[in-house]
Parts: sequence; C-alpha cells; structure tokens
Amino acid sequence: MPVSIRAVAFVEVMTKETVTMPQYLLSVCFDEDYDDVDLSTPENQAQMARTAELTAEMERAGAWVFLAGLRPASSATVVRADGGDVSMTDGPYAETKEQMGGFWVIEAPDLDAALEWAAKASTACERPIEVRPVHA
Amino acid sequence: MPDVLADVFRREAGRCTATLIRVLGDIDLAEDAVAEAFAIAAEKWPTQGVPPNPGAWITTTARNRAIDRLRRESTRTDRHVAALRLESDDMPPDPNPELAAVDDFVDVVADDQLRLMFLCCHPALAADAQVALTLRLLGGLDTPEIARAFLVAEPTLAQRIVRAKRKLRDNHAPYRIPRPAELPDRLHAVLVAIYLIYTEGHTATTGDSLTRVDLSREAIRLGRVLTELMPDEPEAVGLLALTLLTEARRPARTAADGSMIRLADQDRTQWDRPLITEGHTLVRACLRRDQPGPFQIQAAIAAVHADAATAAATDWSQIVALYDQLHALRPHAVTALNRAVALGELRGAAAGLDALDSLDVSLLEDYQPYHAARADLLARAGRREATAAYDRAIELTANPTERRFLERQRNEVADRT
Repeated sequence: MPVSIRAVAFVEVMTKETVTMPQYLLSVCFDEDYDDVDLSTPENQAQMARTAELTAEMERAGAWVFLAGLRPASSATVVRADGGDVSMTDGPYAETKEQMGGFWVIEAPDLDAALEWAAKASTACERPIEVRPVHA
Repeated sequence: MPDVLADVFRREAGRCTATLIRVLGDIDLAEDAVAEAFAIAAEKWPTQGVPPNPGAWITTTARNRAIDRLRRESTRTDRHVAALRLESDDMPPDPNPELAAVDDFVDVVADDQLRLMFLCCHPALAADAQVALTLRLLGGLDTPEIARAFLVAEPTLAQRIVRAKRKLRDNHAPYRIPRPAELPDRLHAVLVAIYLIYTEGHTATTGDSLTRVDLSREAIRLGRVLTELMPDEPEAVGLLALTLLTEARRPARTAADGSMIRLADQDRTQWDRPLITEGHTLVRACLRRDQPGPFQIQAAIAAVHADAATAAATDWSQIVALYDQLHALRPHAVTALNRAVALGELRGAAAGLDALDSLDVSLLEDYQPYHAARADLLARAGRREATAAYDRAIELTANPTERRFLERQRNEVADRT
C-alpha cells in the first residue's frame, strides 16, 4: 500500500479495521446558469446515464459516500446571522457565473486515486471537476 | 571541515530528506530532522572524524532525533502513533548510528529519491511550485537561495513552498513511484521541472549575470540522479544529454566583459569537450533505443551543433529535419520558430523569413526570441524593418547582458541603413 503524506501515521499503523480513508469532494463546475436546460434531449439523457453508471461504479468500488445534483444557483438564498439579526438575500453567495452544479463525496486511499475518479467524472459530465479534500 | 560538511550536504540532503519523509510521513518533520542531524554533524565531525558513510549517518541520526522529538511532543495522537511506527519499523532505532547497517538502507534511499521527485512534481501543483519544492527538498537549497535564483521576493517564495507542502498534506498525496500507466505523464512533469531549473540557470530571466551556474549544476545533478534511478527511460537520458550539451557551450557564451556571444560567433575550442563526449554518448544510446521523444530530439539537435567544428560546418539540413520530427511529435509555436531559423541558415534569410511569416504570430507576439530571430533574418536580408524588430526584442528582454547584445546588433543595422 502506498504511504501518503500525513496519512501514514493512521493508515499504515492503525489496524486495518479502524482505517479511516481520506474523503474528497468532487464538484461539477458549470460556467453558465443552467436554468433552461432541457433534460429530455438525447445528449442530456446520455450524459445523465453516464453519470449514473459512474456512480454505480463508485459504489461497487466502495468509494461512493454521497452525491447530489443541485438546482441552479439562481434558486439559492444566502442567510446571515449577525448576533440576533438574521438577514436573507436572494441568489448565490459567489457573484460569478461559474457555479457548482452537483457533487460527489468519495473515499479514496490518496489524492491520485481521487484524481482518477475525477477524470472519469469529467468524462461522464463533460465538465471540469474540482477536487477538494475533506477535513479529516 | 565546513567544506566537507557543505559537500556532504549538497550530495546527501535530498536523499536523507527523501527517506525521512517516507519514515515520518510528513515533509516538515523530515526537513526539521535532517537539519538537526546536520547541526549535530557540524558539532561532532570536527573532533570525531567524518563517518565512513556520511549520508547513512545523517539519515540514521535524523531518524533517531525524530523519534526523540515525537516522544517529547506526543501530546498529539498522530505523532504518538508515528513514534510507535518508527520503533516497530524495518529500521530499529540504533543508539550508535555510526554502526548502523548501511547497505539495505542505501537501496531504499534510491527509491525514496524517486518518490520525492514525483511528489515535488505532482501535477496537482503549479509549475512554479513544483520547481521551488524540487530545489528545496531535493536540492537542499534554502528559501532565500531559491528566491534569489528566481528573483522572487523571499516571503512570496516561502509562501509558495508552504502552500505546496500543505496542499500535498491536506490532499494525502501518495509517496510512491507512479504505476506504469501513469508514468509517461508523471515523468514528463519531473523532466520539465528539471529543464526549467536548467534554463533558469542558463539564461537568468533578469539579473546582471548571464548564467546562474548553481541552478544549472543542480539541474544536471538531478538529471544524473534520475537517469541512474530510471536508466530505461529514454526521455530522462535525453534531458540529461540536452543539458550536458548545452552546458558544454557555457565557457564560450560570454566574453571577458560579460557580454553575450551568439552560437554562430562562439570560439568552439572553448567548448567543454568531456561534457560533449558524455552528451554524444547518451544521444547515441537514445538513437539505438529508437523511442524518440521531445527531449531526445532536442538533445540530438544540440549534438549536431556540437559536432560542427565551425558554425559554417553545421549540418543545417539535419537540424531542420530534427525540428520537423519534433514538431510532428509535439506541435509548438516555438519549435516552428526554431525550424524557421534553421531553414534561414540552410536556404538563406529570405527562406527563413518566409517560414517565419507563415507562423501563427498571435502566439509569439510577446515572445522575445521570435522578435530577436526575425530582426536577425531581416538584417541579413538587408531589410530596413530590422531596426523596428530589434526594438521590439529589446523591449521584451529582461536580462541586461542580452539587452546590450541586441542593442549592439540594432545599432550596427541602423548604421548600415
């Protein structure tokens, strides 16, 4: 088993049954608002089928933890609690057209394994995938 | 004694750090432990003498110190666990590091250096971070040295290194040699980083000396380490050959007053013959293997130049053919530019200019060598646009030595017209 930076103390020393694998967030990057996307087109149907197949592959490999596809960023509300006051604003927090459209949380032994899943995810979604480690 | 220690440091620091990272699973712990071991050496060696295998001594001492420290600071669970791991490891703590069995150790060390090269050049890191980390961890250069070499502010460089190390740690980057399927891409990243270190040392981007010998030497040393560890990778051999053949010209590149001398005008008797011989041997070995790659082809081009006793004797047809091969393998605007320059030598300045004009200039608009090459071809063709092209090249040149050279060329042309 390859040792990984920082993980070594846990992964290699602690016994197999208590091993906690690192988790990664793979988010699907959209560079346009997708309000008007017609999911019934053959292209989008095929893409969704590929995505479902990848998720199934993750499950079989024991890598899958969680996933969600998100409604468009325009449907978001930002809530701010400041002392006793709670304010709400319409729209997403980040004021850019690039938004997360969905995500997987996976378990992988190390970064390279996570990047391999990300490459498959990018192929399936035909979009960039951002990989971020989850805080241990 | 300080010389001996500095020498051991240059040779061994990277190797020791590489092994300690594997043993400790943490880059910072490893760096601290190695630094501590060298401090102990500075104290002990002058009175006790230099141990027979200084590298193994440093590694063992660093490991023992790390165990001590982990025990002292074992308030954090993970560190405690790491200390346990050290004791149960394949290398039992040795109270007399001088007596440590070194042979097995050294074998392991070789692999560790490769692991560290691939870690430093992980594709998840930006190129400038890869280069900085490689110099820091494998070259044993400290932050101020690297900052000076790349003319980056020290805090900027320190931040770059800290961030790169943290990213590798937070992401659980694996400490291993890539699998065969990933190897070509991962190895290419390592080769590019070494090549960047070499070229930065060869023509410093800015600064008043044309060469920064230390960086070039370090790049060549890393190239040698890599070819020793991966003798069957022709591109690694190609990179080493390329750097050796380029390095061979160094003594002839600058005049006594520090000004730059073009390849065509260099005194070829000043070229370093042993380096050329070594480079040629490596290029021939690559040709026999017949698995061409970009670095091997560039090395072959450098070898053709090195073969010519005078600039006039250069086999330009072979050089054009090699650039064609390089461009077919990996199309690139700079390769096309170099091909056009070679064509200008083979068939005359007009042919070279024709080839230049057929390039996609949008990619080369801010590329200094494009304007310098164009100015030279225009001047040789007797075209008056040459001065304007020189002006643009000068504008884009950060290196003062090179700028003075171009200004001289421009003034000659201006006098003529």
